[in-house]
Amino acid sequence: MTDINSNSNSNSNSNSNSSSKLDSKIPSGPIEKKWDEHRFNLKLVNPANKRKYNVIIVGTGLAGASAAASLGELGYNVQVFCLQDSPRRAHSIAAQGGINAAKSYQNDGDSIWRLFYDTVKGGDYRAREANVYRLAQVSNNIIDQCAAQGVPFARDYSGYLANRSFGGAQVSRTFYARGQTGQQLLIGAYQALMRQRNDKKVKLYTRREMLDVIIIDGKARGILVRNLITGKIERYVADAVILATGGYGNSYFLSTNAMCSNGSAIWRAHKRGAFFANPCFTQIHPTCIPMSGDHQSKLTLMSESLRNDGRVWVPARAGDKRPANQIPESERDYYLERIYPSFGNLVPRDVASRNAKLQCDAGKGVGSTGLAVFLDFAHAIKRDGEDKIRARYGNLFEMYERITAENPYKNPMRIYPAVHYTMGGLWVDYNLMSTIPGLFVLGEANFSDHGANRLGASALMQGLADGYFVIPYTIGDYLARLNTSSTSEKIDTNNTSFANSEKELNEEIRKLMSVGSRGKKTTTEFHRELGKIMWSNVGMSRSEGTLKSALTEIPRLREEFWKDVKITGKGDDLNVELEHALRLRDFLELNELMTRDALERKESCGGHFRDESQTKDNEALRDDENFCHVAAWEYTGEGKMPIRHKEELKFENVHLSQRSYK
Amino acid sequence: MSNMNGHEHNGNGNGEMTLFLKIWRQKCCSEKGKMCEYTVKGISPDISFLEMLDILNQDLIKRGEEPVVFDHDCREGICGACSLVINGIPHGPEVLTTTCQLHMRKFKDGDTIVIEPFRAKAFPVIRDLMVDRVALDEIITSGGYISANTGAAPEANSIPVRQENAELSMDAAACVGCGACVAACNNASAMLFVGAKVSHLGLLPQGEIEGRERVYNMVKKMDELGFGNCTNEAECEAVCPKGIKLSNIARLNRQFALSSFLKKDDGGLKQEWN
Repeated sequence: MTDINSNSNSNSNSNSNSSSKLDSKIPSGPIEKKWDEHRFNLKLVNPANKRKYNVIIVGTGLAGASAAASLGELGYNVQVFCLQDSPRRAHSIAAQGGINAAKSYQNDGDSIWRLFYDTVKGGDYRAREANVYRLAQVSNNIIDQCAAQGVPFARDYSGYLANRSFGGAQVSRTFYARGQTGQQLLIGAYQALMRQRNDKKVKLYTRREMLDVIIIDGKARGILVRNLITGKIERYVADAVILATGGYGNSYFLSTNAMCSNGSAIWRAHKRGAFFANPCFTQIHPTCIPMSGDHQSKLTLMSESLRNDGRVWVPARAGDKRPANQIPESERDYYLERIYPSFGNLVPRDVASRNAKLQCDAGKGVGSTGLAVFLDFAHAIKRDGEDKIRARYGNLFEMYERITAENPYKNPMRIYPAVHYTMGGLWVDYNLMSTIPGLFVLGEANFSDHGANRLGASALMQGLADGYFVIPYTIGDYLARLNTSSTSEKIDTNNTSFANSEKELNEEIRKLMSVGSRGKKTTTEFHRELGKIMWSNVGMSRSEGTLKSALTEIPRLREEFWKDVKITGKGDDLNVELEHALRLRDFLELNELMTRDALERKESCGGHFRDESQTKDNEALRDDENFCHVAAWEYTGEGKMPIRHKEELKFENVHLSQRSYK
Repeated sequence: MSNMNGHEHNGNGNGEMTLFLKIWRQKCCSEKGKMCEYTVKGISPDISFLEMLDILNQDLIKRGEEPVVFDHDCREGICGACSLVINGIPHGPEVLTTTCQLHMRKFKDGDTIVIEPFRAKAFPVIRDLMVDRVALDEIITSGGYISANTGAAPEANSIPVRQENAELSMDAAACVGCGACVAACNNASAMLFVGAKVSHLGLLPQGEIEGRERVYNMVKKMDELGFGNCTNEAECEAVCPKGIKLSNIARLNRQFALSSFLKKDDGGLKQEWN
């Protein structure tokens, strides 16, 4: 193999191969029949036998909680794990704006086909058609399910469900519960999960963090977790393991993710053999509250739904520092409306983010840092009245005011892009199974449905689709084919694989604590430094130069981390700093793979913007000839170059074209 | 130094503050805890309360001391993980605000701030400011749901919901399960939490069917877990970061009375309802 960093201009580098190891298992036949026929072909586990199978689910966000509830209802024995004190606190809870579905209640031209088309196009043609079509198909069942569970969706006076618009779509298909849609959907799934707990079909383990997946005879058969209260390592065995552990946006330190969100579960699985797909596909969300100071611990999102009524602008003249209300209309540039007359303020996230950056780079940024643009509601308030705007976005306006001490009813909001979501994740086939047999990956933790850019209100849809309507079918097929003589009744936690993995893990913790007792730099300091490397080199735009520089800086920081990290307390006790150090240990490896993937993908697509590959209007320029594929990385060992496998993407229904929102 | 409006900052010219903290430290629930004093300097009014504690913890770690442990996660006021009793008030002095969304501009240079864990019999201390609120999950497990199996749902618009009810339901569903209502209550009652769930589900036609069992089972579980009763002092409503109204407790009481009255026999949940 040649050096993956080589300057070779050839795109078909010798490290990539269309791999026989990747079988996407996409069913044949017309796209609208694939899922139906596939379901018919899947093997079933008869109702009386389901109780013989144990399933582990890690993570209790929308994907994990909905899967746990649904599998419990089917009769499987489910063990579910989360690192928070309650499953209801998973970060899906923070999703604000809404959830898409192809109900077409507005009679405005929507259909399953259009949702499918918009999602493939929005993802800049880097998602699997078959997966996206299935997602669009089950979107309607999700709304039905959630309404039946008592999710208090917004309604019209008639009592019927209301909708609003989101970026990347010209129809109103987004269902919402004020600005707390994620919270309400998660509470619905959480309640369904707790109901199964009451029925003794689900066992719940909180304040546990997964630190390894156990492979026995080539199959995922269990996990190791650290009990965050006692610090003890615990072993759990099962017939299949489901990871629903979310994304790795916190690899940038500052992001809209929760403080404890991390990439460790998927990274540990990757190191045990699960391929990691498109790790460089990161979504930078256009409407976040700008950074303010050095001690900032996280960034806060302002829902994309605000772009329904808010207008984005900057001063027309660079360096204009007048307050917003002193800049007359004629001296403002509503640049999204100007450049993209058809979609205007509702262009997809990657386009909105990049344009905000371009305006700020041109010296038109506002606020004290110059790293912000205005999101102005003055026109909407004049048109609809303050009360209507308050009814739509009141809680978001309040949140903005609490954080910034500014009143957005009087002055325009200041917003700037921030890391929000990772489209990349563990590679999965059509059944949502990774390259490790028996290891399934759901929700943000997998890579499959959003391509290179996720549309707003589609994350909730995907998490719930995977958990409620896909995994209950596909896991049955896997379990039904398991050799019954090898079910978890026969394998227990005394198996040597558990012992070996636990020994490795304990050794690593011992090493960290030993460095930690002498080290000088805190985990937060390391994490912040890592985040700066990532944001400046692997952020909203990337080039060969910045990526190569990150590929020297990340390993340098990793080495320093293992020599100088400061950790107080003990390894076998409640120890928040050790928790952070273990997560950071994984980010320091994962981020290198993200960077490497970004370097290898020499095209721009969606959220992955390579300076070298843009149109004359600064739009992302894809290279379909060389990069119309999923890059799935195989771990080959400590210090060894990973192997880049390719899954070619075929577009038979949505024709490849340059995305245009003009 | 005095300060007329509480929003301008004095001290050292650029608005940075020095604060004196009294923080509850406790190794675990079986050991005794005590208040410890710390000073933090150079605190910007624009940072959040938890970021101020982050700064303290960074200092402690650098000195080789163990950081103060507290629960937190989303830091945007929605996950319900953060807690803390700040100067005697759960979630601190700003109304309708969780601790993570409280900003230091609410304090003045030179202030002393007392920080304690949520205290209730049902919330044992795990360490320092971190408490165990699993009891709230136990209440939901006992009946805080609508039993709709995946796949069994009818077309969503076939169940219209009066808009007013949908809005009231949403008001109650906004509860983040933080437990501030319990921490504020003299009796450590969870009536606001339970009332919010009873309203959220019971105000919707989908939730009516199991309404009686739900209220009965949840109240029974709440009593069993050591939460006290409600004596109408409304402290819960005053501290609730999500503005959950006392009227939810009234609804709970009404439904519980009805549910108990109509129940023939208290002998078990499977008994017949009239």
